Amino acid sequence: MAKIELHPDTWVDRYADSLFNYAVARVGDEDLARDLVQETFIAGLKSAPNFKGNAAERTWLVAILKRKVIDHYRKANTEKGKAEVRMSFKASTEQEGDWLEARAADPESIRENDRIENEELGMAIQQCITRLPETQARVFTLKTIKQWSTEDICNELEITPSNLWVMVHRARTSLMECLNENWFKSN
Amino acid sequence: MVSCERAKVICNKKQYREARFLEKAQLMLHLLFCKACFKFSQKNDRLTQMIQRADLHVLSDVEKERMKQHLQNPGDT
Repeated sequence: MAKIELHPDTWVDRYADSLFNYAVARVGDEDLARDLVQETFIAGLKSAPNFKGNAAERTWLVAILKRKVIDHYRKANTEKGKAEVRMSFKASTEQEGDWLEARAADPESIRENDRIENEELGMAIQQCITRLPETQARVFTLKTIKQWSTEDICNELEITPSNLWVMVHRARTSLMECLNENWFKSN
Repeated sequence: MVSCERAKVICNKKQYREARFLEKAQLMLHLLFCKACFKFSQKNDRLTQMIQRADLHVLSDVEKERMKQHLQNPGDT
């Protein structure tokens, strides 16, 4: 297998959104997630000489971010008092008479898997978006993720609405193909 | 009946809730007769569902620019 080289100058453009999505899903806070992504890039830069070249660049960065997320929770947990798990067994009126077991998480529940699958889906979509031509990616992101109005995007980018819909169409068509390749076939 | 081109535009607008009632009616009628657009419409709806399910977040350009600068000069914070 050919050795993979690192290109730190392209990291932000290629992986920032995808890593950011991963982090937000796990820490639930955008500011914190952004800091973790930033730290991941710095850590990646520092340990770049140790990079063996046998994993894809992205996989390697995700692994670093994963450590950062774990470290974050570990730090939060060592603060005094947070380590103990507090549980209230007092039933609220409507739950009175229910079995305690009924309120615990059901291990057979598929919901937890759903959450993980959705994070992976999020990363797959972000990766597909970064493969789009720049303007298309921009229009699509503003419209779909930031949910700007058509009018605002047209003013901001100085394009006509019909121009916008053409770009949205191209972006969506490419995304459908890309997800078909990278999501449906590998799942 | 509207053209395939027009049907696709309406279908895309619909994904962002920007298709008007008349447009939606035109689209429905078109989809009854056009198999290609019907398939496209299904895939398009599915893409919208996937995007909603994934709950996407993005960094702003300013934040990315700041990250890039920080990566070039990791020393100063």
